[in-house]
Order: sequence, then C-alpha cells, then structure tokens
Amino acid sequence: MAVPVAFFAVFFAYPVAAIVGRGLKADGVWQFGRFGEVLARPEIRDVLWFTLWQALASTALTLLIALPGAYVFARFDFPGKQVLRAVVTVPFVLPTVVVGTAFLALLGRGGLLDDLWGVRLDTTVWAILLAHVFFNYAVVVRTVGGLWAQLDPRQEEAARVLGASRFTAWRRVTLPALAPAVAAAALMVFLFTFTSFGVVQILGGPGFSTLEVEIYRQTAQLLALPTAAVLTLVQFAAVGAILTVHAWTVRRRERALKLVDPAQTARRPSGAGQWALLGGVLVSVLLLILLPLAVLVERSLGGSGLAYYRALTSADANSGTFLVAPIEAIGNSLRYALVATLIALVVGGLAAAALTRRAGRLVRGFDALLMLPLGVSAVTVGFGFLITLDKPPLDLRTSWILVPLAQALVGVPFVVRTMLPVLRAVDARLREAAAVLGASPLRAWREVDFPLVRRALLVAAGFAFAVSLGEFGATVFIARPDNPTLPVAVARLLGRSGELNYGQAMALSTILMLVCAVSLLLLERIRTDRSGEF
Amino acid sequence: MSTTQKAAVAAVAAALGLTALAGCGSSDDSASGSGSTEGSGSKTVTLVSHDSFNASKDVLKEFTRETGYTVKVLKSGDAGAALNQEILTKGSPRGDVFFGVDNTLLSRALDNGLFTPYEAKGLDRVPADVQLDADKHRVTPVDTGDICVNYDKKYFADRKLAPPKTFADLAKPAYKNLLVTENAATSSPGLGFLLGTVATFGEDGYQDYWKKLKDNGVKVVDGWEQAYNEEFSGSAGGKKAKADRPLVVSYASSPPVEVLYADPQPKTAPTGVATGTCFRQIEFAGLLDGAKNEAGGKALLDFLIGKEFQEDMPLTMFVSPVAKDAKVPELFTKFGATADKPATVAPDAIAKNREQWVQSWSSLVVK
Repeated sequence: MAVPVAFFAVFFAYPVAAIVGRGLKADGVWQFGRFGEVLARPEIRDVLWFTLWQALASTALTLLIALPGAYVFARFDFPGKQVLRAVVTVPFVLPTVVVGTAFLALLGRGGLLDDLWGVRLDTTVWAILLAHVFFNYAVVVRTVGGLWAQLDPRQEEAARVLGASRFTAWRRVTLPALAPAVAAAALMVFLFTFTSFGVVQILGGPGFSTLEVEIYRQTAQLLALPTAAVLTLVQFAAVGAILTVHAWTVRRRERALKLVDPAQTARRPSGAGQWALLGGVLVSVLLLILLPLAVLVERSLGGSGLAYYRALTSADANSGTFLVAPIEAIGNSLRYALVATLIALVVGGLAAAALTRRAGRLVRGFDALLMLPLGVSAVTVGFGFLITLDKPPLDLRTSWILVPLAQALVGVPFVVRTMLPVLRAVDARLREAAAVLGASPLRAWREVDFPLVRRALLVAAGFAFAVSLGEFGATVFIARPDNPTLPVAVARLLGRSGELNYGQAMALSTILMLVCAVSLLLLERIRTDRSGEF
Repeated sequence: MSTTQKAAVAAVAAALGLTALAGCGSSDDSASGSGSTEGSGSKTVTLVSHDSFNASKDVLKEFTRETGYTVKVLKSGDAGAALNQEILTKGSPRGDVFFGVDNTLLSRALDNGLFTPYEAKGLDRVPADVQLDADKHRVTPVDTGDICVNYDKKYFADRKLAPPKTFADLAKPAYKNLLVTENAATSSPGLGFLLGTVATFGEDGYQDYWKKLKDNGVKVVDGWEQAYNEEFSGSAGGKKAKADRPLVVSYASSPPVEVLYADPQPKTAPTGVATGTCFRQIEFAGLLDGAKNEAGGKALLDFLIGKEFQEDMPLTMFVSPVAKDAKVPELFTKFGATADKPATVAPDAIAKNREQWVQSWSSLVVK
C-alpha cells in the first residue's frame, strides 16, 4: 500500500494540488470568492452545460449502439470474432489527433455520408457524439459483454420453460444480473466523454468547448491560473462523484453471481432474427469503427505505393521536421511505453493487492482515487510537474523519466481494474493452506497467487502498454529532448505543409494503429476466464 | 501484510533496476540523461523552446566547435504553452536560453521578468524595426515569419478568377464561401490574422470587417492542421480530403514547403500567397533569469543571430532570417512570396487588448 500511495502523492496529488493552489491563492490567502466570479461568467456556464449534456447524450448513444454489440460478442460464435474484438478496442487507445482526421473523412465533406446523401456532420454536435461512440464502443462491449458471456443461459431458458415470455425472461433474469455491469460501463463512458478533449477540438470546431478544453485554454494559452484552478476543481468534483457511483456499482457487480465459462455460452446464430442481429452489429462496427481506420490506411498509401513509409526511415527527407528519422519515434515510443508499463504494473499491482486484502471506507476511497488521473486534464498534471518536481532529490523537470511517469498515471487505473476482480477471486484458504504447510509469505505468494493471476497480469500489462503508447496529452507538455513518441511525431508532421509530411503522418498513424492492434490481439489470446472490466 | 511489503520491496527494486537499464538504453540518444545538473563551469548549454524548433545537426556541431559548448534542446508544447511553462518556473529555469517568444506574446514574457538583459554580438546586422526591446536588450530577435492568406492556384486558374490580394478583397462577393481561417483564441495563425485585420482597419473598424467576412461565408476551424490539411483545397492533405476551400490563413513560407515536400518536386508551387493579407510575426530568444550557464547562454544568443544559424533556419523552421547578411535559399526566392507591407501591432497594445479583441471576435464570428 505504501508504494502506490507514495506514487500518487508525489506524482499526482502534490503536482495537481500545487497548480490549483497557485491559482487560488493570492499573497498567501485563499481566494475562494473566485469560485463565484468564475462560475457566474455566462461563457463558463455555457461550457459547463455543454459538457454535461453532450456527455449524457454520448453515453446514451454509445449504450444504444454498443449494447447489441455486447450481446453479439457474448453469445454468438462467428469466424473472426477474436480479431474483431481486438479491432474495436483500437480506437480506445489511439490518440485523438490521429482519429479526428480519419473521422472527418467519414462525416465531413466528400465523406461517406456526403457521397450517399449529401449529409455533412463535421462541426456539428453529431460529429462529437458519433466520435464518442467510436472511442467508447469497446468499453461497453468489454465490460458488459464480458459479464454477459459468463451468465448461464440456462437460467433464462428455465424461466422460459416455466412460461415466461422471451422478454419477461430477459427482463426478470438477465437484466438484473447485467444491470450493474451496464451501469459501470455507462459511468466509464460518461467519465471519458465528460472529460473529452481532442474529439471536441478537432471535430466540433471552435463553436464547442468542454470543461477539459477550457482548462487547457485557460492554462496553456492564457495562463489564467485562477480560472483554470476553479474549473479543475469543478471537474474534480464531477469526476469524484462519477467515480464514487462507479465504485458502488462495481462492488454490487462483484456480488456473487454464478458464472460459467464463456466458451460454453456462445453458439452459432440460428434463425433469421439472430442472423439479422449479427448482421446489424457487424454493419455498425464496419461503418463506425472499421471505416475510419481504413481511411487512415488508405491515406498513408498513395504517391507511389509505400513512398510515405520509405520516407519515414530517412532523416534527410525530414531535415525540416526532425533531427532523426521519424521511424525512430517507434523505438522511443516502445521504450517509454515499456517503462511506463513496468511502473503501472508495480504501482497498480501493489494497489490491487492491498485493496484485495483490506476493506473499509479508506481503502475504497483509495480505489476511487486511483481512477482520478483519468478525469484530470493532462495540462494540469504536466504544469503541476513543472512547479513541484523542481528541487533535489526530485528535480525531474528535464528528465526523460517524466514521460513514462505521466503515462503510467493513465495506465494504473487499467491495471487495478483488471487485477482486482481476479485477485479477489483467489481463495484465501489456498494461501492459508500453503502457510500451514510451512511456506513463507513470499513463497506462498509465488506459488499460489502468482500462477493464478499471471494471465490477468499479462492482460493488465498489455492494456497499460497500449494506453501508454497512445498517450499524447501529458507527453506533449513535458519538456523532452528531441526523441518524440509516435503520437507526438504524428502531431508534428501534421503541423507542416507538404505532401510528404502529411503522408508520413498518416503512415506513422497506421503503424501506431497496427502496434496497438497487435498488442490487443495478443491480449485476446490470453484473456482470463474472469477478466476484469476491460 | 508482510507479504505485501516484501513483494513491494522486491517489485520496487526490480522496477528501479529496469528503469535504470532503460535509462542507459535511451541515454545514447543525443542528449537525454537526467539533465539540469550542470554547474556554472559546464560545457552544456540548454535551449528551451516550443515544438517547432529545429536546427541542422551540422550547425549545432559548428557551435560546439566554435565555443566548446554542447547544445541540449528541450521542447515542450506549442509557443504559448512553452512560454507559460517558462513563466511558471521563473527564477529556477529548466535551461539557459529560451527561444520562441513572438511579438504577440512578448509583453507577457517581459512583464514577468523572464529574461536577463544581454546585447548579442552582431546585433548591428539586424534591422532596427524588428528590435522591439532595443533599449534594454532583454530579448534578441532571431527570425520573422509572415502569416498570410494562401490560395489554391489551380482553383483560380480553372475559373479564370484573379486570386484576392488584400484584406478588403476577401470580403468581396467573388470570394464568397472560399476562405477558411483558424480560431483566434487557440491558434497562433488565427490570432495573427485577427491582429492583421485590427492593424489594417483599426480598433474601430475590424469588427465591421469581420461582420462582412462572416456574411461572405468565412469558415472557422480550431487549428491550423484542420484548416490547412482538411479544408484547404490547395494542400496535399486537402486534395485527399476533397477539400473545397481554396483560401486559407497560413504562412508566406507554405508554398515553398509544399514544393520541398512533394515527390517528385513540381516546377511551380501549387499554392500562392495573397501578399496584402500578411501579419508579421517576429520570434525572439532571451537569456533566462537564473540560468545556470550564463556564459554559454550568451554564446548561444550570439550564435542564433550568426550567419550560419540564420542561413540554416529557412529550411529547418521555414522562417526568414533577421540578419541582413544571411542569404535566403533558392527555394524561397523561387517559390516564396514577399509580404507587401506586412501589418504589425505593438506588443504592449497586443498585451493590453488581446483578450478583449479575441473575445469580441469570438462572439461575432464563432457563436
């Protein structure tokens, strides 16, 4: 427990508190009156209102589109299911700079909708909502689908035999078992869309602004720290509330349910209705997820075939943009992501272990605290690092380690959420038996716990790795020597005119997408029986 | 509990070991390492800048050969974010020299007392009109760049329509629904263009002008990337995206860059510059207050306006040198354009009114 607490105190709580404090204090006196001033401004109220309603609408739309998907992935067996489940998760870990471009190709001018019906949705709120579905589809499919696959279908069948209609059986048997998972997924989607940044900026255009966008603008552009501090605290309160409700639904979900091996519940679809459902879900996945990804690939080709990919390997072709060949960004990214994964595993693993062994309100509070970095603006953390980690022994401001540290902050929640259910499922009596037989605690851990959680550990590692790989926000604010990560390199290439620069940005994005897809596909192969939330 | 503790110790030890290993792995990439440990007699001088900073390796090596100092470059975010980070760490800076504060941000930097005065050697080769802090020399001008409307040559040739030349042209019916610009609140070319209109039409006239532009169908997107790559029909990205706006707010250097980064390189640039729509950006560098290596920082400032670095800049950062004796590469003389009396606004006027201008612009054009 000491390690994760220390990690969060030093690399999250302290920097964030410091930057907020700087905004709220004047001459050493707290200025809480600033809350009233800032929150009374009409443009801030607009931002708050828009943030709230778009998050609600996005969540509803995501559930509407993704719940049938969750059912299909849980109950049906069809060729290519594993690959497809990995693919739908790719958007979740892709940086928005990349995805925004691809999504415009779908909704913008000359996009598919425009070609078919002359409908253009870019710079409308629909673009934002649909992109949020694109990003969060996997959250619902994995959280809800994961549980659905393990519900014993015989319970529902029994209800049918006893005379219940199909709908009544579903409503009275399956729905109650599923509800906490749906609620947990909905809350996660709400959290991610409430704090949405890139999507809103790129697809919404200047007419739309969420709290997160406004915090970024106030901090990075205007250096209006008081306003930023107030907004950060408002976002904190909202995220804290979401996480508290989320933790509550998760606990309810962990209540004993008789679960079965997902392999036994999936079967080939039969009958026109089921085939139509499968077809409908596949079409929606194709349109909403595969098509934007395909656009990226398409734009990375062109000129003379693989010309853009070849240009990536040459520093000469990029003398104006990079000192080194962009291809080296892949090496940088992998190295950073590896270190970040290690940190996330150590911190997240220990936190999960501590949370398993202890109960009580304090521990539950810590559980929610670990999720907070997901809801705090990257710019707040990045600027916080800057003003706190500036004295020995922690003068890390110019150190490369800050990048993986910031990435690990985002990775830890995923590790905890993946490990916790599995660790909780380990029977304490096994451990006690080992102790009775004379095993030291370390040995008992090694020989009892470790083999049981090894697969969960791998899944957690893979997720932390993929998330670190795509992390953009904090990385870009951290001063670093000239070794850009993949998302940073993509952003820099997109910031230059010229065909080769644009083509290389698309080619690098495609590579990033492939690396993410491969690591997720490997995860699919080692998915645990009782997999966690993701 | 003791299990957890032991496991924790083991895991932390392992993590530290691996971190150290990874550190070794990456320390051979030019100049990473844990930095900022340099003392005053150090042979390393640290340059802090924004993401767009670039210099050729050979040029930086030349600096080391001449002075004995090695340059370590730290980049963090765009120009605004990088400067704000410097302000937050004032007095205990991460480096010795900051490069990349432009005339729209200059007052913020100077008011915060970010820089130690130093008159760089060779400043006499730099025209007086770009030396905006000439009495105190807290900052040294290094380059200029013009933010101008670019046009898609093919679009106007196909329609036998003359491309616009001035701000006033842009509001004419012939160019209805053709222009895309950036959000002045978040994008530096967007702000530059707005300031250009303020300079041209005055504080009383710019709002009327924007009303006309709005009626003439100007489109505003958030950043340069979207405007140039997604909306502008003359760029490579825009062609793929089937973009339909032949006018975009970009840089005077964009056309030569389009040529440089095309494969094969065309004989003429696909885009042109409306030379009467330009706002001049001047970028400065300064010696940071509290710099650990002051001597090295001064040498670096001298070098930044030296002939070698000045001649390197056009092709690495696509900006124009300020030194009169620096030759501009042929690519720029051949494909580039010279701004026709670029607009400027005094930095203190920008500092004073910027928020208000941007705000009234936003409510006029965006909402």
